[in-house]
Amino acid sequence: MQPNRLKTGGRINRSKPLNFFFNGKAFKGYEGDTLASALLANDVKLVGRSFKLRRPRGIVGSGAEEPNSIMQVDKGAMAQPNVRATQVLLHDGLIAKSTRGWPSLRFDIGFMLDVFSSIFSAGFYYKTFMHPRPFWKYYERFIRKSAGFGKAPEHSDPETYEHRNAHCDVLVAGGGPAGLMAALTAASSGARVLLADDQTEFGGSLLNTATHVNSKPGSEWVRQTVSALSKLDNVTLLNRSTVFGYHDHNFLTIVQESDDHVRQREWRVRAKQVILSQGAFERPLVFCNNDRPGIMQASAVSTYINRYAVCPGERAIIFTNNDSAYQTALDLKRAGATVAAVVDSRKKGGGSYAAAVEQAGIPLLYGHLITNVSGQNHITKAHIAKWDGDNDAIIENSIKIPCDLIAMSGGWSAAVHLHSQAGGQNQWDHNLCSFVPGAISQQTISAGAGNGKWALEDCLQDGHDAGMSAAKRCGLQPIASEQLPAVSEIHTTPIEPLWRVPATVDPDRCPKQFLDFQNDTCVSDIRLAVREGYRNVEHVKRYTALGFGTDQGKLGNINGMAVLAETLGKPLEDVGTTTFRPPYTPVSFGACAGESVGSLYDPVRKTAMHDLHRSAGAKFENVGQWHRPWYFPKRGESLDAAVARECLKTRQSVGILDASTLGKIDVQGPDAVKFLERIYTHNVGNMSVGRCAYGIMLGEDGMVMDDGVMARIDDQHFYLTTTTGGAAAVLSWLELWLQTEWPELDVFLTSVTDHYSTIAVSGPNSMKLIEKIGCDIPLTSDQFPFMSIRNAHLNRIPVQLFRVSFSGELAFEINIDSNYAAGMWEVLIDAGQEFDITPYGTEAMHVLRAEKGFIIVGQDTDGSVTPVDLRMNWMLSKDKDFIGKRSLSRPDSLRDDRKQLVGLLSNDGKTVLLEGAQLVEDPAASIPIPMCGHVSSSYMSSCLGHPIALALVAGGHSRIGQSLYASSGEKSFVPVTITNPIFYDKKNELQNV
Amino acid sequence: MLLIKCPWCGARAETEFSYGGEADIKRPEAPDKLSDKEWADYLFMRKNPRGTHRELWNHSQGCRRWFGAERNTVTYQIADIFTLSEDSG
Repeated sequence: MQPNRLKTGGRINRSKPLNFFFNGKAFKGYEGDTLASALLANDVKLVGRSFKLRRPRGIVGSGAEEPNSIMQVDKGAMAQPNVRATQVLLHDGLIAKSTRGWPSLRFDIGFMLDVFSSIFSAGFYYKTFMHPRPFWKYYERFIRKSAGFGKAPEHSDPETYEHRNAHCDVLVAGGGPAGLMAALTAASSGARVLLADDQTEFGGSLLNTATHVNSKPGSEWVRQTVSALSKLDNVTLLNRSTVFGYHDHNFLTIVQESDDHVRQREWRVRAKQVILSQGAFERPLVFCNNDRPGIMQASAVSTYINRYAVCPGERAIIFTNNDSAYQTALDLKRAGATVAAVVDSRKKGGGSYAAAVEQAGIPLLYGHLITNVSGQNHITKAHIAKWDGDNDAIIENSIKIPCDLIAMSGGWSAAVHLHSQAGGQNQWDHNLCSFVPGAISQQTISAGAGNGKWALEDCLQDGHDAGMSAAKRCGLQPIASEQLPAVSEIHTTPIEPLWRVPATVDPDRCPKQFLDFQNDTCVSDIRLAVREGYRNVEHVKRYTALGFGTDQGKLGNINGMAVLAETLGKPLEDVGTTTFRPPYTPVSFGACAGESVGSLYDPVRKTAMHDLHRSAGAKFENVGQWHRPWYFPKRGESLDAAVARECLKTRQSVGILDASTLGKIDVQGPDAVKFLERIYTHNVGNMSVGRCAYGIMLGEDGMVMDDGVMARIDDQHFYLTTTTGGAAAVLSWLELWLQTEWPELDVFLTSVTDHYSTIAVSGPNSMKLIEKIGCDIPLTSDQFPFMSIRNAHLNRIPVQLFRVSFSGELAFEINIDSNYAAGMWEVLIDAGQEFDITPYGTEAMHVLRAEKGFIIVGQDTDGSVTPVDLRMNWMLSKDKDFIGKRSLSRPDSLRDDRKQLVGLLSNDGKTVLLEGAQLVEDPAASIPIPMCGHVSSSYMSSCLGHPIALALVAGGHSRIGQSLYASSGEKSFVPVTITNPIFYDKKNELQNV
Repeated sequence: MLLIKCPWCGARAETEFSYGGEADIKRPEAPDKLSDKEWADYLFMRKNPRGTHRELWNHSQGCRRWFGAERNTVTYQIADIFTLSEDSG
């Protein structure tokens, strides 16, 4: 039984009944219903409670503007919190729950809030709960729980979402009469047209009203037009698709509701021209208790009757200040309801429709207002009073007329949201009582009601003209319609603004007059905000929460701004609107993420030896997109134990590291030396062929940007390595200088990071191992000294062999074509068995380099560290200019209290310091304790038998031997001593063997 | 998202590009001859205008070439795209 369902009519499919549940109770609706229309069909009046005051609420609207019927739909992984019942298409078995109302909707514990509502005024939360501040965490828990905003799904979403890119000539946002006419006209030129509408069916207001087109129901013209459009190859029709974002350069985002393949699809459209035909929103009227269930937008009442064959009440009263609501009176009458009266605030009443209403025998009360209503969970009576037009009057005497439905219309607001998002100005139109689209610099045309054209005739003309203009602007030839669809001529009486019904008692003490239903923002809140000194609309918005809800003030904002203007004594156009930002309606995270979830979230880079590492039981860590072996635990071994073993074995015999992720850049050309001299701080030209050098590059601000080994392969041929994380940035950096500053230099740069793999073999037995697998060049230091490079064959495979060391040990780095890398790794592991070869990961690599005081750029530096701070003065050439050199003599670079790199040892010889720990001189000093540096690297050194750390300490170079304290958690400190940062093999003898 | 017309590849989405800040800042010929203030002007001072801004863009996910654009910082409209030197075409 659906008591409010009309016997005939509507666009529902009566042959397909659907079962659904609301708050645990079973109901029936039809295919084509929204959850809201099905609830109304079943005479469900109470659908939720308001956010702050927990007042009972019913359905007010029929679309994106709906503030009250906020639902939790479906269960488990498919649960959707906070969706508007008016925008949920009914499906069989749908489960919906009110998101607010505890322990039950009817007996909400929060009703107490309403009883004491006088204390819950604007800024209540700020004023009450912010002091004493430490208590906020307790208040917050209570407030969040009682606010009840639905529940996030408990499991990951099993459904698929996707993104789709599209280009078109003309994007039409909104498929009502103006949008359809625009699409049809633009498409006649052959333009690629994309038409999107948020409803299931195109047609907009034509399906919501009883209007006739060409002497037939409007829906017939819609059917013909959509049928014509769907036959055109150059037209794409997207229903259930909301254009929610209008970004720069005509880039728009659309969210399309589920089809067979995906739950939601986000379209990302670049359009040459955009036509905005999103229509208008009907405003509520602002009177006492205007939020009670049973009070609806007049247009929504018409929509439920005409589109869904649902009559939401039996005895209705219309309250209006304009002509459109008279149609609702006729719709209600036709649907069999009693219309007790049309209450029109205007003394002269309405035009053609009013005449028809009068003819139908409906009482007209011109120059009257509804001042208040009776009824809590549902209205029972309207309080109606005569009004002489004085806004400041206090209206005490009223007659009470029984009713169960009030259809209100405070006029219409053009939906300027997308126009505003696109950067367009809005202008206040006094005659229309609406903001309308003004100047805009994007390629956009507004049309129809969204352009302030309320009459259907004007909408069709405006849509036609917009379609013509858009196609022409694309350089195409549209065909103008000789005759537009015929609609009957309507005479209307102009709207007279009624932003607030004069109060029944003092406006600050009368029953609440709601502006924003979702946030319980009332007239008295705006007035209070102004009394407390708020003037700017953006501030008032934030103080009163006007327009903060999921409806973003589509219903209440203009009324709120008008009341603000009135209170400030300013014209509305001077108060202005708040900023419109995407999204137009809430968009799910799923749609935003699209396919970029799980393994598709970010590309994974693996080295050529990755599978071998995995088989060897490596634990991996993410370094940017790279997956690098972190450590290689033996059975049951902890991270610490594995790293200790890897370090010891490397220093005692030989370790092997996959260093393939280092950035590698090949530099060639006649001007290669000249170029690199300007980039690096050292004398590149002095390097002979076959030699390597440690190089650092600075930003122009003199701060260390990246470091790495560079090799001179030939006169005009260099090979650079960069940090793993810096590879892309360094290549871009080099390209920037070459292209913008020194285009005359003849130099070519090629990233070869993925082409070569790098295997580092370190430790006293590394040379023996290389010799053992077969090397065709002599390896001894006299012929292949430290810091040099040779072309060689290892195990008959061509490689570049580097004699460099990041561990301080005798070491070689093998640079090899990535296709041979895994094979070479296996050969080395096999041959290394006699030396107990030990694969080690990034953690041991870090410990080994820290023992030597070698920095990691980005860990021991942070973009504020100069080479002098790192004691790398020896690397700064005096004979040439290089990027950043001049900055090293800026006064700030010469301060002697700059943070400088030092070593740190815990005085107890046991405590491993926390990386990032702040260093202080006196832990007993009063808070805030002055800080003089921080720990940048800290490890347990198994080779030395005690922990070591690197730190940046103010004036650190001259403080060797002094004591400091390192923070080690809340209120505890560890005494430390500043040392030289080289802890192991201080004379660097081992690497030169 | 801007639509940027790379002089070599044509109009592409902003996500293919990276931004390089204000254009027309020439690196001084002899930095060591500059006062601290002159060097700081080159290093730090930028115009940040409301309106037309000449700026550098790099087609980093495409041809990797740098070029200039004249963009309105209010409307984001790009009035002109220019290459950085005569022979860069």
